Parts: sequence; C-alpha cells; structure tokens
Amino acid sequence: MDKKISIPNQKVAWQWVFLMAWRDARKSRSRLFLFISSIVIGIAALVAINSFSDNLQSDINSQANELLGADLELASNDSSFRYPVIEEMSHEVSYENSFASMIFFPKNQESRLVDVRALEGAFPYYGKIETEPADAEATFRDGTRKALVDQSVLVQYNVGIGDSIRIGRVLFKIEGSLISSPSQSIGATLVTPAVYIPMAYLKETELIQKGSRVYYRRFYKFNDPPADFNIDDQIRTDSDSLRAARISSETIRERKEETGDTFEDLADFLNLVAFVALLLGCVGVASAVHIYIKEKIRLVAILRCLGASGRDAFYIYLSQIGAIGLIGSILGAIVGTFIQTVLPRVFADFLPVDVTFSLSCPSILGGVLTGLFVSILFALSPLIAVRRASPLITLRGIQESGKRKIDKAQWLIYGFIFLFIVGFAFIQIGSIRDSLIFTLFIGLAFGFLAGIAKIIMWLVKRFFPDSWSYVWRQSLANLHRPNNQTLVLISSIGLGTALITTLYFIQALLINEVEITTNNDRPNLMIFDIQSHQVDAINTKATERGLPILQSVPIVTMRLSSVNGITYKQVLEDTSINMRGGMFRREWRVTYRDSIIASEELTSGTLKMLESRSEELNEKYKDIVLVSLEEDYVERNNLKLMDTLVWDVQGVPITTQLGSTRKIDWQMVQTNFLALFPTEVLEQAPQFHVLITRVKSTEEGALFQRDIVKEFPNVSVIDVGLILNTIDDILDKIAFVIRFMALFSIITGLLVLISSVILSKFQRIKESVLLRTMGGSRKQILSINSLEYFFLGSLASLSGILLAMLGSWGLAYYSFNSTFVPNILPIITVYLIITCLTIIIGLFNSRGIISKPPLEVLRNEIQ
Amino acid sequence: MSNILEVSNLTKTYSSGSKSLTVLSDISFTIQSGDKLSIVGSSGSGKTTLLGLCAGLDRATSGSVILNGISLDKLNEDERAYVRNQHVGFVFQNFQLLPTLTAVENIMVPMELRREKGIRKKALELLDRVGLAERHDHYPTQLSGGEQQRISIARAFSNNPQILFADEPTGNLDEETSEKIEHLLFELNRESGTTLVLVTHDLDLAKKTDRIIKLKGGMVLHPSDQLATENG
Ligand SMILES: Nc1ncnc2c1ncn2[C@@H]1O[C@H](COP(=O)(O)OP(=O)(O)OP(=O)(O)O)[C@@H](O)[C@H]1O
Ligand SMILES: [Mg+2]
Repeated sequence: MDKKISIPNQKVAWQWVFLMAWRDARKSRSRLFLFISSIVIGIAALVAINSFSDNLQSDINSQANELLGADLELASNDSSFRYPVIEEMSHEVSYENSFASMIFFPKNQESRLVDVRALEGAFPYYGKIETEPADAEATFRDGTRKALVDQSVLVQYNVGIGDSIRIGRVLFKIEGSLISSPSQSIGATLVTPAVYIPMAYLKETELIQKGSRVYYRRFYKFNDPPADFNIDDQIRTDSDSLRAARISSETIRERKEETGDTFEDLADFLNLVAFVALLLGCVGVASAVHIYIKEKIRLVAILRCLGASGRDAFYIYLSQIGAIGLIGSILGAIVGTFIQTVLPRVFADFLPVDVTFSLSCPSILGGVLTGLFVSILFALSPLIAVRRASPLITLRGIQESGKRKIDKAQWLIYGFIFLFIVGFAFIQIGSIRDSLIFTLFIGLAFGFLAGIAKIIMWLVKRFFPDSWSYVWRQSLANLHRPNNQTLVLISSIGLGTALITTLYFIQALLINEVEITTNNDRPNLMIFDIQSHQVDAINTKATERGLPILQSVPIVTMRLSSVNGITYKQVLEDTSINMRGGMFRREWRVTYRDSIIASEELTSGTLKMLESRSEELNEKYKDIVLVSLEEDYVERNNLKLMDTLVWDVQGVPITTQLGSTRKIDWQMVQTNFLALFPTEVLEQAPQFHVLITRVKSTEEGALFQRDIVKEFPNVSVIDVGLILNTIDDILDKIAFVIRFMALFSIITGLLVLISSVILSKFQRIKESVLLRTMGGSRKQILSINSLEYFFLGSLASLSGILLAMLGSWGLAYYSFNSTFVPNILPIITVYLIITCLTIIIGLFNSRGIISKPPLEVLRNEIQ
Repeated sequence: MSNILEVSNLTKTYSSGSKSLTVLSDISFTIQSGDKLSIVGSSGSGKTTLLGLCAGLDRATSGSVILNGISLDKLNEDERAYVRNQHVGFVFQNFQLLPTLTAVENIMVPMELRREKGIRKKALELLDRVGLAERHDHYPTQLSGGEQQRISIARAFSNNPQILFADEPTGNLDEETSEKIEHLLFELNRESGTTLVLVTHDLDLAKKTDRIIKLKGGMVLHPSDQLATENG
C-alpha cells in the first residue's frame, strides 16, 4: 500500500520561528553583537555624513545672506560705473576698492604681496567680518589709520596685533587679524591674502594711479524694497545692459547656489567615504554570518531531523539577523548623530557657514533602513546554506562537503548585491556611469584580494614545508585547513589597508607634483607692476645681486572692440551672429615681441609679414599689424587667420589682423599671453613690466624683495616658494580631513577583524584544547596562534598595499599624467601597524582558551 | 497487524570520483506495528546507513522504503521532514540536543513543530518521567551524558511517534547508565506501543528485542541462519 502524503500547506509559524530565534539568540548574543559591530560603524558614518551634509545645505540656505553680506554686489574695473535702477531705490551702500599691492612690515623689514581692500560703509550688512579680537572689525572703522590683516600673513611674518604695516606711503596699525569675511574664497587668498584699510586713507597711499588695476565693488542693502521687487528678476531683465557696461553682479541667490555647488563635491567625497565604510561593514556582516551559520548547521540538522522544514530553519536565522541588524543600525544612527557634532570642527577651515547641529530625520531613518537592509542582504548569501543543511549531519557528524553548486538563489543574491552597490552609489554620487565604474573597481579590488587568498592557500598546500618545526607547520597549515579565515581576513583587512595606503600615496603624489614645478632652475620670483622708467633700475639691482633675468616683459592692458567690424553691442543685439561675448568682456593683458619663447610653439601663420620684392606691396602692407593668439582660444571663438581685430588700448584704437596661432604650455611658471603683439606698435602705450628671476633661497628672495619694495613701493612681488608653502598648508588640512574620514574605514576594518577573529576563535578552540589535553604547553599554543595571526596579518596588509600600489599607479598614470614612485616609509608603517594589530587582537581573543582549564572549554564546545 | 515499515531491495552506493562503494545491497524486510527490532553487525557493516534510509534522512540509490504506508523515496526533503515530525522519533548515540535550548525546550520542539497546544505541561511530565524534572531549565552543557540521553529519549517520545529509531543509544555511556537508559527506552516504548528500531553493537541488548537483523558487508544474514548460529 502506498498512500500519497501531502504536507498541509501551512503558513510559516512565525510565532514559533521568532520564539526559536529568541531562544537560540540567548546563548549566542555576544557573538551576534559582534557581527553587527561592523554595521554600527558603517551606519554611523553614513548617518553622520548625511546629517552633516543636510545641515550644511540648510545652513547655506538660511545663512545665505551672510555669504554675500549684502543684498547685491556690483563690481567693475571702472570706478564710475552706474546702475540707475538700483540707485533710485532706497538703499545703503558700501564701497570696496581692491588692488594687489606689496605691504611692508617695518618690524622685520619684510614685505608681502596682498590684496588691499579699501572699505567705506557699514559692509557687511549681514553677518560680519570675523576677526581676532572679535571687536576689531568695529574698532578698525574708527577713522584712524588701522588695518585688518589676514591671519596667515601675521603668522608667516611673525607680526602681531598692535604692530604696524606700511601700504604705499601710509603706516597703518594692525587692529586685528582677519579670519574670514564675506566674499572671500580660499583660492583667491592663496596668492594675495586680504588686508582691509579704511577708504579714507586710500588716496594718501598714492598707490592708485592712472592705469592701476583696481577692482571697484559696491555692496547694496535695500531698505523696504517694494513687495513685488525681486533683485534676481531685476538683474535678469537688465543683464544685457549690465554686460555691455561691463558690470558684474551677484545676488544672494546666486551666491547661495554657487556655494552649494562647491560643496556638492565635498558632499560627494564624504558620501563615498561613508559608502566605503558601509561596504566594509557589509563584508564584516557577510563573513561573520558565514562563520556563525557554519556553527549553527548542526543545530539546524537536528531541527530538520525533528521535522522542521528548511524554510522554517532559514526564517529562524533570518529573523535573528534582521533583529540584530536593526539594533545595530539604531546604535549606528545614535553613534553617527554624535559623530556629526564633531564634523563641523574637522571641516572648519573649509566651511563657508557655521554649521549648526540638528537631528536630520531623513538621514537617521535612511541610515537605519539601510543598515537593516544591508545586514539582511549580505547575510543572505551565507544564510541560504541553512536551507541545504542535511539531517544526515546528526548521524555523520559533518556535512560531506561535496562540490556544492551555486544555486539559483545564490546568483539572485549576488545580482541583488550588485544592484544594491550600483544603486546606492548612484544615490550617493548621482551619476550612473560613475557608480558603475565605482562598483567595477570595488568588484575588481575584492576579486583581486580573494584571488590572492586563494592562491596563497593553494601555494601553502602545494609546497608545504614538511621539514619545518611543529609550531610553524601547525600555524601555516591553519591557513588552508577547513574553517580557515584566510579568505575573509585577507579581503576585509586587505581592502581597508588598500584604502588607507592609497590615500597616503595620492597625497604624496600631489605634494611631489607641486615640488617638481619648483625644482632647480625654474623661475620662482616674479615682480609685477614695474613702470617703464623703473625697468632698468630694477634689472640692474637684480644683476648686481647675481640674480638671472629670466624674463623681463612689458604688459599692456586693452580690450577688444570689434572682430571683422562686428562690435560687442551688435553681438548682444543680433542673436544671428555666431560670436562669443567673452572676447569683448575680458581685459586682455598683452605683451609684444618678435619671436616666440620656450613655452610656446607656432602652429599656424606667421609672426611678421614676409618682405616682398615688390616695393608696392611692401608699401601697401606696411601698416598691417599681425597679432598672434593662442590656438585653442582661436578655435573656441571661431576665429580664423587674417580676421580683423580692432583693440581699444586705453582709449586708442589699434587695428590688427590675426597673423598666427600659438600653442602654449601653461604649466610652466612663466608669463604666458593669450595675445601677442609685434614690436613697434605698443611701445608708447601705458604699460607695466614684469621681471621673472630665480632666487636660491627664501632669505635671498626676502632680501631682494626688501630692497626693491623700499625703493619702488608700487611694484608687486610674488614669491612662488611662499605660495607653495601655503599650498602645502592647505594640502595638510585636506589630508587631515581625508585621514579623519579614512578613520571610519580603519575602525570598520578593525571591527571586522575583531569580529572575525573572535568568531573563528571557536573554530580553533577545540583544537587548542585537544593540544593542551595532549600536553601542549601554553607557550606552544601561544606561538601557534600568534604565528597564524602573523601570517594572516602580513598577507592581508601586503595584499592591501599591493592593491593600493596598483591603484595609485593607475591614478598617477591616467589622472595626473605622472609616474608613481611608492615611498617605503608609509608602506612599512602600514604593514607593521596592521600586522601587529591583527596579532594583538587575535591573541587577546585566544587568551580565554589558554587560561581556562581544558575540561570547561570542552564541555562548552563539544556539546 | 499492519506493516509500519516496508523495505524492499534497498541499495546504497557511495561514489567518490571514479570509485564506487556499495554499502548496502538489495536489502528487504518489513516491520509490523508495535514490533521491536534490532539491527546488529560489525562496525562499517552499514547499520547507520540503513537506519538513515529507513527514517528518511537520506535517499537510497535504488529500492524503496515505505513508512506507515508512505513511500519515502518519492518525497522531497521538506515532505520527508514533515513525515518525520508526524510519525518518527529519534535517539542518537551522541544525544544531539539543541545546545542553545534548555532541557524542557528541547522536549517541546517536536510538539511545537506539530503546532500542538498546552505542550509545556506535557514536556514537564515527560521530563518527570525520565527523572529530570528539577533540571528543566538547564542547558545541555550543564548535564551529564546520561542525563542528556534521558532528555533526548523524552524528546523522542514527545510527538507520540509510531516508530522510534535509535542509533546505539548507549554507545557513549557506561554500563550502569546504559542499563538505566535501556530500561527507560523499553518501558516508554511499551507504554506507548511504539515500534522500535534499534541499532546496536550489544548482542545482549539486541536479544531483548523481538527480532534481530544482522548485517554483514551490506547484506542481511538470513534470520534463520542467524538464529541458528545464535542458538548453536
Ligand atoms: N558519505 C560516505 N561516503 C563514502 N562512504 C561512506 C559514507 N558514509 C558511510 N560510508 C561507508 O559506508 C559504510 C557503512 O557505514 P555505516 O556508518 O553505516 O556503518 P555502521 O555499521 O553504522 O558502523 P559503526 O558500527 O561503526 O557505526 C562504511 O564502510 C563507511 O565507510
Ligand atoms: Mg553507525
């Protein structure tokens, strides 16, 4: 007789599943919490960074008016510009005339190029100029000769509040150090830090003369503007006439968007950091669950024997992991919220606004959900083994590890993981292409590390050193024996190591790059604004000091008034004209000579009209002036050879023809010019000269500067070495930020390390106990364990370093166009730190086995 | 009486790579409801393999096992699990208690899987029956081997199985404890009228059952041969 049976199609007995999950978790709680520790940090990073970005964005919005300091900023190179619509409204206005100039410190006889800003009025109307002491921004306006000087300058020249500076002919008392002011960007202050002086003393300095390059800014604040008045609309309406009058404008909304855009990049970078920390956490989850489930397989087999379905067993562990993942994510969100309070301090040097602290619910909720989701997603792959646990294990001890095929569910999970990484990267960085590339790189990195782990295991097995001593053989064999941690530890620790090392390498690469440009005989001191009658005297001074005159060039400023007869006005009015307005708006700085220099290459045309045999022709073309423009610029603006360009050289029109194009290597520290005039045209035009030389040391540079500036207060000196120092400072600050963020990855990596070591300790425990029972000494067992962790730590960190070297080489080659030379010191440091940490953590966790009596351990383990 | 277990032409072959090893070949026998049967044989003769196949823990290479009228070889793993839960009880040589569950919870699991109600009381009664009432909230690690085996016997009877499989239930225990365990097993078996299939090395134990199947090299020595040898 053969009855058919059919299982009653029962729903999952959730109550029982949860009950079993709870019962089982009671005794495994500490281990379960290990697996979430990595999730905690990942989610903490995510929540901290997302909350911080949220707050930054909302602070930029709410403090937008302080970013500009006024309702409207107008600026021009012409002191007499007008914007009648605005002037007719009820308003307050402040004036700021700014220009580059040397300032002189009588205290130590040194001088420095700065951006002098003569201020008149109550600007800023919103926010304030931040100074030290804080009231200096008010007291400096008391009508006496006082100045606010950028804090970096005070530090560099070792001058303090109360000391004096000379600007032109006027001596000012330093009232305060300038920390930040609206309308000031990091880039601009690099070469010319700001110095504020009262407008009233500008004239006395005698620095403003005809032809001086002064930038005139006006800051407006409107008093009770009409309800329907919107400054942005107004500017849009008037944009053409403003442009025609060469007035640039900026409103609060524009400034806000600009600032937001700038910090978008920062946010992208931070998001990636959070994402990487989270991914490392995911690796931790996957590996911890993998080990955990392996231990639970026997238990599942018993349940199967007693009649539980594979589905039920699966749900028991799924709900366990889900619950723990949820707890971990909530903990992570809490930790992240605390970390968030630290971030504004870390980024203080780069932030345009004071970032306030507030809870960001979307970030917290998003973080918790993400944590729950990734815990489950990354646990699934090891977890589905539960469904396959055979009840035969109860009779046979362990499951025969035949070649198990990766089944459909497994592929499905891999697919989901891939989609998750791409999708999440997309959410964080917002570009499908970039997120695919990112995912590809992560995949390659993991593949690489896993490959190394596999190869090592194979090598150890294949070429096992049978002649080595017992302790060495035992610990080496642990690398490939069943239940080894080789794959898990090499991929998790390796990836963490790789990230940190890459950051180091790239930083070194950048600094190296900067240093190369300052090498040996490259120019490093530039003197600007030399007037024609001063050229010879200054050249003589340089020669007397033995300084080479690498370049001494005249510069004439001019504007373009028409191209082939078409003026800017026509371009603006007639949209059918295919010509760019930028050509007309820019202030051209032009030099003249009859030959090209080292950084240039003639790509078409000729610099000088060829002499013809015909007197008649020579006569006819005698007055034609051929100018040369940069090749790319010509292409971008649809110009061609022999186009007629009419220039306005400070009131005097000069008609020229485009005679040639040049390619320019802008990277060389030299004065390079978009437009080049021939000789015998501009000699009489108002002009200034630039002298480029090279000093052998900062002292030599300082002495020469002091000499020149004393006698010719109108000239400006740029010391490239000084700028590089500042760049170094900024790079240091950036490096600090990057390292701080990398800390997330390191901590996650360490937690992954700790949890996989602790979890796998149970794999080794029986063995160690048996060894002890058979008479192995504590020392022997300790040596075996430490050697195993030494091998693992070394292999993992070396693989990571290798990966970092490959990555940095690629980055150097493709992104920076330079060659990557690894520096040994960080490599050794990273190697030692990671390896020692692995050994210490490993041993710390095995101490339980060694100090406890074997029987107790045996009873606990071999149930 | 009806047949609770029908085994016909059962063959099990393990193959690893090119080699194949026939562990059981062409085994047939039947057991009637309420019978006590023991399987004996030297180590490696295939006793555990046969037990695993009868209980539906593994699949045969050929032949069939019909348990309580249900042909096991046509079922998938989950269906066999269901059959085990409904009809089968187990006692293992190494006890196989769930290490993270207390004594009483271990006993409750089969009943919980059957979705029965009021099971804690029944589990405590069983626990009392095996003499470990006061140890109900102890974990397996806190119990001795003999105590663990008593819990495991209580668990085996908790779902009122029609048939109970025991693989060397006393194999890990000393003589005195073994006797207690055997006693408990037979007594509970008699009280509940369960069919008992017992794998053992111990011929004295085997003689306490109604029938003995002797395995040698994966084949059954004919019962009459065996009886003859026994008596002779
Ligand atoms: N998965 C397997 N692959 C190959 N051979 C196996 C496998 N499982 C068991 N065997 C072999 O089958 C034979 C029978 O094993 P089984 O465990 O049934 O013997 P047994 O009679 O229970 O022995 P013991 O009394 O020692 O428990 C043995 O020779 C064993 O080596
Ligand atoms: Mg056996």
